[in-house]
Amino acid sequence: MMNDILVLVIGAIFVNNFVLARFLGICPFVGVSRKLGDAIGMGIAVIFVLMLASVTCWLTYFYLLQPMKMEYMTTIVFILIIAALVQFVESVIKKIAPALYKSLGIYLPLITTNCAVLGLAILNVQSNYTLLQTVLHTIGASVGFTMALVLMAGIRERLEYADIPPSLRGVPITFVLAGLLAISFMGFIGML
Amino acid sequence: MLNELTKGIFKENPLLRLILGTCPSLAVTSSLQNGLGMGIAMTFVLLCSNILVSLTRNIVPGKVRIPVFIVIIATFVTITDLSMAAFVPDLHKSLGIFIPLIVVNCIILGRAEAFASKNGPVASALDAIGMGIGYTLALSFIGSIRETLGNGTILGTSLFGPAYQPFLMFILPAGAFLTIGLMIGVMNWMENRKS
Repeated sequence: MMNDILVLVIGAIFVNNFVLARFLGICPFVGVSRKLGDAIGMGIAVIFVLMLASVTCWLTYFYLLQPMKMEYMTTIVFILIIAALVQFVESVIKKIAPALYKSLGIYLPLITTNCAVLGLAILNVQSNYTLLQTVLHTIGASVGFTMALVLMAGIRERLEYADIPPSLRGVPITFVLAGLLAISFMGFIGML
Repeated sequence: MLNELTKGIFKENPLLRLILGTCPSLAVTSSLQNGLGMGIAMTFVLLCSNILVSLTRNIVPGKVRIPVFIVIIATFVTITDLSMAAFVPDLHKSLGIFIPLIVVNCIILGRAEAFASKNGPVASALDAIGMGIGYTLALSFIGSIRETLGNGTILGTSLFGPAYQPFLMFILPAGAFLTIGLMIGVMNWMENRKS
């Protein structure tokens, strides 16, 4: 049991890293990795929303869609749940924790279009995970996402002082860097 | 009119110039066939949603337009997903999770918001076809580079004979990032040289 938990969590963080191996959530990875502080803020917002969204979607799928034989509605229902959830979280945080809202606020709307959220929800139901497995997989995925984002932001802050060819400045060099990060993450493949 | 069609192919190429829709372009371009399949699926959804958004642009109130767009897009994605599962099961399997994820592809919502909600159905259809072709071409090009280098084949046919030692990294995740990063760099370089 303990072993399964470890495999699921560590696997989702390192081996199947959401950004570097599964290519989910590339937009915020490129867009919000310029400063370390922003990256950490985005990471926390993502952990929060991913957890809420994947548990809600899991419950909806197994207790509503499957008994009613409406699995073909999965995509539509999931994206509506996620959009509504992000709106809801945004207004709740704004009301009860204005300080947190100020630091997370700008990232929350961005998360709706983050394919990591929908991707994770679909992966969980496709792999037929139990609720516990879903929660663990979500923890692993969101920690992995945050780690990749923070690593990238750290590298990009250094890059400010580097002399990059003009055509590669900005997005292209970020992709090349992500490629190098992905190569180093390949080292984790033998870990499990 | 013709400009609506051609702008998406090079000048405003959604992937390589506007940097939209990067997630699927990294994940499905390990071979030419996958890249092409994804591009066509994407073009179909873009075309249908652009036309429908444009037709309903005067009925839908401005405040709820984004949720309406999302439902329209999700409907066409579901149609594509189920038809591909029925008619091209192999391709459907290798594209996997990235077919339902067309819903959150920023290109489609971006075109609905920026173009189709302001223009007539014919212009919107042309815009969608142009953008779709641009995206498909970019995906196919990346797919053929990665397949040629990483596997020594193109569309499954061997190119260099058995002596070729495949550069395996290119069909792995790292190769996707490197190929796309360098291609955007080349596009920038061409643009800089022109001006």
